[in-house]
Amino acid sequence: MERLLAILSDLHPDVDFATAEDLVDDGILDSLDIVTLVTEINGEFDVTIPAEEIVPENFNSAAALMALIEKLDEE
Amino acid sequence: MLFTSYGFIAFLALVFLAYYLVPKRWQWGLLLAASYAFYCFAGWECLIFILVTTLSAYGIARAMGYAAAKEEAYLALHREEMEKDARKKYRAAEKKKRFRILLAGLVLNFGVLAVLKYTGFVVFNLNSWFSFGENGLAIPDLLLPMGISFYTFQTMGYLIDVYRGKTTVEKNPARLALFVSFFPQLVQGPISRHSDLASQLYTPHSFDRRGFTFGVQRILWGYFKKLVIADRVLIAMRTLLDEPEQYRGAYVALLILLYSIQIYADFTGGIDITIGVAEALGIRLTENFERPFSSRSTKEYWRRWHITMGTWFTDYVFYPVSVCKPMMKLSKWSRKTLGNNVGKRVPVYLATVLTWFLTGLWHGAGWNFIVWGLLNCLVILISQELEPIYARFHGRFPRLTSSWGYGKFMAIRTFLLMGLIRSLDCYRDVGTTFRLWGSMVTTWNWGELGEGIFSLGLNAVDFLIVLGGCGVVAIVSSLSAKRSVRERLYDRPVLSWTLCGVLFLTILLLGAYGIGYDASQFIYNQF
Repeated sequence: MERLLAILSDLHPDVDFATAEDLVDDGILDSLDIVTLVTEINGEFDVTIPAEEIVPENFNSAAALMALIEKLDEE
Repeated sequence: MLFTSYGFIAFLALVFLAYYLVPKRWQWGLLLAASYAFYCFAGWECLIFILVTTLSAYGIARAMGYAAAKEEAYLALHREEMEKDARKKYRAAEKKKRFRILLAGLVLNFGVLAVLKYTGFVVFNLNSWFSFGENGLAIPDLLLPMGISFYTFQTMGYLIDVYRGKTTVEKNPARLALFVSFFPQLVQGPISRHSDLASQLYTPHSFDRRGFTFGVQRILWGYFKKLVIADRVLIAMRTLLDEPEQYRGAYVALLILLYSIQIYADFTGGIDITIGVAEALGIRLTENFERPFSSRSTKEYWRRWHITMGTWFTDYVFYPVSVCKPMMKLSKWSRKTLGNNVGKRVPVYLATVLTWFLTGLWHGAGWNFIVWGLLNCLVILISQELEPIYARFHGRFPRLTSSWGYGKFMAIRTFLLMGLIRSLDCYRDVGTTFRLWGSMVTTWNWGELGEGIFSLGLNAVDFLIVLGGCGVVAIVSSLSAKRSVRERLYDRPVLSWTLCGVLFLTILLLGAYGIGYDASQFIYNQF
């Protein structure tokens, strides 16, 4: 989780990603941020986030994103 | 059949009546018959294209559904004996097979759209680039079926969602035909998702007085915007565009302002009618606008304007292109070669440029539309690069940047910038557009505007009606931010019906139907 929070903070240093729960719905993460994030995660966690998993529910919070990474790793 | 024709009103009355009188299990069949009848008014010859889209989508989706079910059955049977890596490999191989099936559907349908919509444009450019002169290729006069861009995009969205496992496979071809051709949204969207719309189309609906009233009120509101505002402004727009070189300098600024008003009233008015018709039938369509002119940035504007087209391109073009394998490889390579900071931008920026190029092309076969798309892209990317500077400025002057005035300044800035780029729609020719933009600086004729404005086909009363109409729209839009005006008024029936009566009379008395006036097409019908 720390590694993920570090990537997120790098993107928007002013946001508290540990507690934020509506990152996409509140417009904190836009489509350009999301693609940057996916690229970083693919490199850091050795998973491939496919386009079909790029939906608000998976990117609204750090916890949801972590759950997605774990699910993809498991699959 | 135009939404603004008497024929459409009569058609609508018949559909509403029959819809709530027939047994509920026949309702979706009635909607299908109504949708095909509506489509036939545009010409029988167009039917073949929508049928090809429907039948090919049906076959492709069924094939993908069958492949996915087979994959799951195999995995369920062999899960115990398969290692994690073997499962992954099997899944990847099966996904590839399904992708090939999907690709066949996409190539066929986008191919038909491309040939019908862009052949003339390609031939024209080939003739021009290679100076063929009289020996040039003949520009074919191909039929462009009504709503083809909208129904193709909606149906291809369905196929991609089936491939991704985001929606169910439609087993009844007639039901899929209704999803493809649902008449209110056929000509100008919104572009719906199968998972949002399909079940609503097939579910029986009882007459709901509140929903029906809201629907009819929304239809009236749409006609007000279209007939009282948009079609009135259109008269001045036609004069300004008849001989554009005559109207330089201040007139270009006026055109930008008038076109912003016209396209907003025209497109949101059309969508109001569409959503209102669906609402009266008990069906909720996705909203396509969310007070776009209050946006503080271009990015925000595109989240609020033509929302369903924007999300279509984001979900089905921008994301898949950005995260596809070749792009990820390019990303790694560019990070190594250009450094982390520049390298990580490469896939995002390439995908953004491609998405906006295609968005421009979707709007029309012309360089003006392509340049329009790329200019939007440029503004978005520049804003993205300037974000750290904005953040520093906001941090340094928090009181100023959180003030009401600063918010309005940002909204006006975005409105003007978007209006300027949008005027590429009007002049159609990129060179002329750039020349006339330049004339706003070189031709200082603002003094003429005071009198000249009344020589455009609209008199002082017309301008007052447009101004008053815009004021009413702005107030309603602002009030609707938290709760729709219809809901606010529902518990006060006398006031609600009085306002509806006033709206109806306003449309009858102040709608732009002068002598020789012809109710115009909606701007987005041509896309």
